[in-house]
Amino acid sequence: MADLYNEDVMDHFMNPRNVGVLKNPDGVGETGNPTCGDIMKMYIKVGKNGKGEEYIEDIKFQTFGCGAAVATSSKTTEMMKGKSIAEAKALTNGDVAKELGGLPDVKMHCSNLAAHALHAAIKDYEAKKK
Amino acid sequence: MSIYMDHAATTPVSESVRKAMEPYFSEKFGNPSSIYALGREAKAALWDAREKAAELLGAESPSEIIFTSGATESNNLAVKGVAHAGAFAIGGVPHVITTSIEHHCVLDSVKFLGKNYGVEVTFLPVNKEGLVDPKEVEKALKPNTVMVSVMMGNNEVGTVEPIAEIGALLKKVKDKRHEANDKTPLVFHTDAVQAFQYFDCDVDKLGVDMLSLTGHKFYGPKGVGLLYVRKGARFIPQQDGGAQERNLRAGTENVPYIIGMVQAMEDAAVSRKESDKHISELSDYLTARILKEIPETELLGPKNVSKRLPHISSILFKRVEGESILINLDLQGIAASSGSACTSGSLEASHVTKAMGYSDLEAHGAVRFSLGKVNKKEDIDKLMEILPGVIEKLRAMSPIK
Repeated sequence: MADLYNEDVMDHFMNPRNVGVLKNPDGVGETGNPTCGDIMKMYIKVGKNGKGEEYIEDIKFQTFGCGAAVATSSKTTEMMKGKSIAEAKALTNGDVAKELGGLPDVKMHCSNLAAHALHAAIKDYEAKKK
Repeated sequence: MSIYMDHAATTPVSESVRKAMEPYFSEKFGNPSSIYALGREAKAALWDAREKAAELLGAESPSEIIFTSGATESNNLAVKGVAHAGAFAIGGVPHVITTSIEHHCVLDSVKFLGKNYGVEVTFLPVNKEGLVDPKEVEKALKPNTVMVSVMMGNNEVGTVEPIAEIGALLKKVKDKRHEANDKTPLVFHTDAVQAFQYFDCDVDKLGVDMLSLTGHKFYGPKGVGLLYVRKGARFIPQQDGGAQERNLRAGTENVPYIIGMVQAMEDAAVSRKESDKHISELSDYLTARILKEIPETELLGPKNVSKRLPHISSILFKRVEGESILINLDLQGIAASSGSACTSGSLEASHVTKAMGYSDLEAHGAVRFSLGKVNKKEDIDKLMEILPGVIEKLRAMSPIK
């Protein structure tokens, strides 16, 4: 399938980083579209860094979907681990696809939703905090 | 290592077919419409192929065979051409009946007629096994119904439809119309693309007026097909610019490919029983092992192999998505295809699986293994060394409980 996805996407698909469930997560977010066949779930643990900023101390994901769906999920966790909540909020699906060196056009819409799942997890965390 | 398990997508050209085609590329290359010897030679070869094709389908006359560029053209021609002729015959809006599980070239042709020409269209439901109930056909019939199109065997899940039964039913309707001096035509068409390799496609036994085939599903070349049209079944040609195929399909005949396809038809007819048995056994073995060794799996379509196209085993892997399975198999040299059309440009789950009552998410987990002549029991053993691990790994990643 060399032509279907680039090497980095294939690497993240075949050897996904941070797969699984976090015990006692601070936030859980799910996004997806059953019609397109992609469901992504993100789990985050939030900590405070030296500057007193909230950051993503740990992050894990579960994904049902095609190669692109898994790869974008994996890449998102890799990019965002250790980043501040503010940085995570600013992440777009486009950033993830770009970081992966691009995705096939047809995959950009449905399978590239990992940033949304992360935002949902942050929202869940913030709602619980209140 | 490579194992090909996607024969419903296409098959390799067999040796006998390639041999039959060979002289017609550079040596006997004449245009069948030319009057000199070289042209007449091609014309004779074409007629010979037409006679054989007619005989293999039990057609009354070779002129009932129209060669086309493949099943997509045959099906477009049948559906659009018959509706067009029907509209003229009744001087009003015709009604076309088809099923919700047809190949897209039938389905989209019917939808096109409804959307662009206001043709009344009905898409028949199927049961959980993908089977069309002839009673539903009867119920859907209207006084202005000019066409019924039902595929002989489904390409995704392998369900074999009761064509002869529907044919007999429609025959009665035609007779009644005839007695009542009602001139509304009624044409029964079947897409027999996947069925021909394994089933007798005698048009009289099936009771069909039109039947579509393509060469490459039974070891013939791609880009060539045929449409059988029973004498008296009227349709309006869909392309102009030449008198070929009795003015019904303009364009220079693809002589070498037609000859190749007809050779493949002959080979299929000869080996049908034997290959049916061989493939049925292999498919049964494949299905049994997957269902037994991998939890949360289900065979799509009829459970009894005698009620299915023997080469197709479509398996639903719950909580996993088809494409991700296919990529993992491909990396190990195994070619199969998915019910999810993810790879073919559309991201929607299969219309066939959904019509059978499965949810979107379930439909996305379907993988079709379609076996052929080259497959051996060892191929399935090899597949089963790899597949359980792939499914386990993907399920571990899945958020769906």
